[in-house]
Amino acid sequence: MITLYPKRLFKAPVDAQCIAPDIFAEKSVSEIAELQIWEGNRKRALDQLFKIECNAKNQSEEMTIRILGDARKVRRIGTKMSIGKVIIDGNIGMHLGEEMQGGTIVVAGSAGSWTGCMMKKGIIQIKGDAGDYIGAAYRGSTHGMNGGEIIIQGNAGNEVGCFMRSGLVRIDGNVGQFVGMHMRNGTIIVQGNSEGRTGAQMIGGKIVVCGHTPSILPTFTVDSIKPKVKINGEIVKGPFYKFLGDLAENGNGKLFVSQNQNPHLKFYEKYLE
Amino acid sequence: MTQLIVKNGIVYDPLNRIDGEKMDLAISDGKIVGKADEKKAKVIDASGMIVMPGGVDIHCHIAGSEVNAGRLLRPEDHFRDVEPKTAITRSGVGYSIPSTFTTGYRYARMGYTTIMNPSMPPLEARHTHEELDDTPMVDKASYPLLGDWWFVLEYLRDGMIKECAAHVAWIMVATKGYAIKIVNPGGLEAWGFGQNVRNIDDPVPHFNLTPKEIIRGLCKVNKLLHMPHAIHVHTNNLGKAGNYATALDTMKCVENLALEDKPVIHITHCQFSAFKGSNWRTLRSGAEEIANYVNHRRHVTLDLGQVVFTDTTTMTADGPFQYGLYQLTNNKWVNHDVETETSSGIVPFRYRRKSYVHSIQWSIGLELGLLVEDPWRIYLTTDHPNAAPFTTYPRIISWLMSRNARDLTMKRINRRARHKSLLPSIKREYSFYEIAIVTRAGQAKSLGLTQKGHLGIGADADIAIYNINPELVDPSRKYKVVRKAFENTAYTIKNGEIVAKDGKIAKPVCGKTFWVNPQLSSPIEVADDMKRRFREYWTVEYENYSIPESFLTASAPLSVKAEV
Repeated sequence: MITLYPKRLFKAPVDAQCIAPDIFAEKSVSEIAELQIWEGNRKRALDQLFKIECNAKNQSEEMTIRILGDARKVRRIGTKMSIGKVIIDGNIGMHLGEEMQGGTIVVAGSAGSWTGCMMKKGIIQIKGDAGDYIGAAYRGSTHGMNGGEIIIQGNAGNEVGCFMRSGLVRIDGNVGQFVGMHMRNGTIIVQGNSEGRTGAQMIGGKIVVCGHTPSILPTFTVDSIKPKVKINGEIVKGPFYKFLGDLAENGNGKLFVSQNQNPHLKFYEKYLE
Repeated sequence: MTQLIVKNGIVYDPLNRIDGEKMDLAISDGKIVGKADEKKAKVIDASGMIVMPGGVDIHCHIAGSEVNAGRLLRPEDHFRDVEPKTAITRSGVGYSIPSTFTTGYRYARMGYTTIMNPSMPPLEARHTHEELDDTPMVDKASYPLLGDWWFVLEYLRDGMIKECAAHVAWIMVATKGYAIKIVNPGGLEAWGFGQNVRNIDDPVPHFNLTPKEIIRGLCKVNKLLHMPHAIHVHTNNLGKAGNYATALDTMKCVENLALEDKPVIHITHCQFSAFKGSNWRTLRSGAEEIANYVNHRRHVTLDLGQVVFTDTTTMTADGPFQYGLYQLTNNKWVNHDVETETSSGIVPFRYRRKSYVHSIQWSIGLELGLLVEDPWRIYLTTDHPNAAPFTTYPRIISWLMSRNARDLTMKRINRRARHKSLLPSIKREYSFYEIAIVTRAGQAKSLGLTQKGHLGIGADADIAIYNINPELVDPSRKYKVVRKAFENTAYTIKNGEIVAKDGKIAKPVCGKTFWVNPQLSSPIEVADDMKRRFREYWTVEYENYSIPESFLTASAPLSVKAEV
C-alpha cells in the first residue's frame, strides 16, 4: 500500500492524473516520487506536493493507494484506472475516477463535481456528499456513465447521471435538480428528496425517488402505481407512482416517485381510473 | 538569399513527367532554380526518400463562421485531442475541427502547403479571412458561395450573363474569393422557405429558374471571367439515395460548354453524390456509372470525399441536407440562414463500420478513386471534416495503394455492404506517381495554380519529403509503412524554408491568401439599385461589405483578363 500525505493545503487546483493504481503498479517508490503533476500552471514532481510512504508490498495484495489529509483541490485521481483500490481519508476534488474502467475508490469525506464521469466499470463509494454531474458525460458529449456503480451516502448536486447509458447510481441523501437528464439507460435510486425536473429528456432507463419531489415534468405520463420496485434483484418498498417519459423526446424512461412522500401528486391518480 | 539543395531524393513530379527519378533540387529565394551555390547552400540529404511537391487540398472546411460554430458545438471533440504549446508553436485542440493554428501545423506535418476553404458565405468573408490569416504554414484561398445569391439568381433569370459576370467579378474582389462555389443550386434559396429542389429541372420558388439554369449560367460566367478554377459544384440531392442520376445530370448539363481539354465543372465530394437505390435499405453504389461517364468525357473533374470510419462533424452550406441528417441521427445540430445569400448546417456524425449505409459510402469513395481511370481528374479529399478529418489522408493513400489494405478493412465492415461492394473485383493499385497526382499535381492544375504542385524551375519551393524508399518498399504489401510515412514528413519545405522536420514544426510561417482579381474592360461598377438593396435587405451596409486588400496579412491577387 502506498500512502500519500498532502504536504499543505493547496490553493491552486492540482491535476493529479498520475495518481492511479495502474500507473503506480509498475513503478518503484523513487519513480513514483518523480511522476509529473500540475499545481495550477506549474509543473511539479509528485513528492513536492505529497509525502509518499510505502508499506512493504505484499504480493497477494492488490495495488492500493491511500490519501490521508485534505485533498479538496486535487483533481482527476484515478483517471482511467482499471485495477486496484484508492482510499481517500478526507475530502477530494473534481473528476474523481474519470473514465474509470475498473477497481474501487472509497472516499471517507466528500467528493467534488464530475465524480465518475464517463466511467465504464468499477465502484466509487463516497461516505460524505458529492457535487454536480455525478456519472455525467463530458460537456457536449452524449456518452455518460456506461457501467459500474456509484454510491453516495450523503447528498449530491444537480444533473446526476446526465447522459447515463448503463450502470447504477445510488444516493442515500438528497439530490438537486435534473437527476437523470438525457438518460439513455441504467438506474438511479435516490433515497432522499429530489429538487425536481427529474428525468428531463430521458429516453430510457430507470429513476427511483423515495423522498419528496416538488413536481413531475409535464412531458411525463402516469402509468400505474407499483407497490415495490426491483433494482438489481433488491426490492425497494413503495408504493410508487410510475411515470413514463420524456415524451418530448419520444422517450421510454421509467420514473418511480414515492406515493407516501408526495401527497401533492395525488391528482395523477384520477388519470389511472 | 537563402539557398537550399535537396540531394539524391527520389522525385515524383507528375506535371513535369518525372516518375521516381533520383535527382537534386536547388532552391533559391523561395523558388526552384536550376542551380544553387553548393558552398553557401544548406544541403538536405534525401537519399532513399520520396520528394514530392507540397500537397494541395482542393476542398477542406478549415475556416469561417460555419467551422467556428462547429467548434463551439463540439467541446467533446476538443477534449479528446489536445496539442500543448511548444517553444515555437501555439497550443490547440480539436480532432475533427481543430483550431486554426493546429490546422496549419497538422497540414504542414503531412506535407501539405496549399489548402482551399471551399464554402464562404460572402457575408462571412471577413470572418473567414481573419481565420485564414490565423492558419499558419499554408497558402490558402476561399470560394464564395454564389449558387443561391439573390443578385446572381436575378441576373440569370433575366438572361443577363454579361452583367452577371461583372457582378461575380465584383464579389470576387469584394470577398477576396478564388472560385465560384455552388452548393445545392436553388435548394438553399428554397430552404429559406422550408422547401428544397428535387432535381436540376425543379424550379426555384419565387425565382422561376431551375438549378440547371443556375449551373449553366455560372459556368458561362466562369468562362467569361477566365477564372483559374472551374465552377465548384456540390450537387442537388446530396446525400440522398438515388442521387447519382442528379450528379450525372449536373455533369451533362454543361457538357456543351466544354472547351477543348479544359474542365468546366468540378463535382466536389462526389462520394456523397453517387448513391443508387431508392432508400437507405436498398442503397447501392453509383460509382460505376459516374466513373463510366467521367472516363468518356474531358470536361469534369471530381474529388472523392472519402469516408473513414471515425467520429467527425458534418458541416455544409446545404441546410436542407443537414436538416435531414439531424432527423436521421437525432444529434445536436446547427442550422442557419445566411440572409439572402445561402444557408448552412452542422451535425456531429459518427461513421460506423457496422452500419450498412456507412460501409457502402466508404466503398463508393474508393470505387470512384479506382474506377476513374485518369488520376488527373479525381482528387483525394475527405471533404474535411464531413467524411473524415484531413488527418486521415495517409490511411486513404494506403487504401488506394494497396489491395491488401482494402481487403483488411473490408473484412471488418457490414456484411451486407461487403457483398454489395465492387471493391473485391477491382485490382487497381495506385503508384506513388499517381498518388502525387491525386494529392498535389492534379489539384494544383485544376485550381490553375501555376506555381504550385510541381517542382519545375520557377515553381514555388513547396516540397514534401517523405521518409520511405519506393525502391525497397512494396506499397501493396507494406501499406502500414506507407501510411506511417505519409503521416509525418521527414521535411516540409515552404517557400524555400524548412518548416517541419520529422513530424515536428521547425518554423512557423504565414502563408499567402490567393484571390482572383478579374480585369474587366471597364472598371467594375456597382449599380445604385444594388446599394439601395444592400440597405434594405442586408445587416451589413454596402460600404462595410467589401474587404480591402490591406485586410489580408499576405495578399496574393491573381489577375485574370475577363471577356466582359
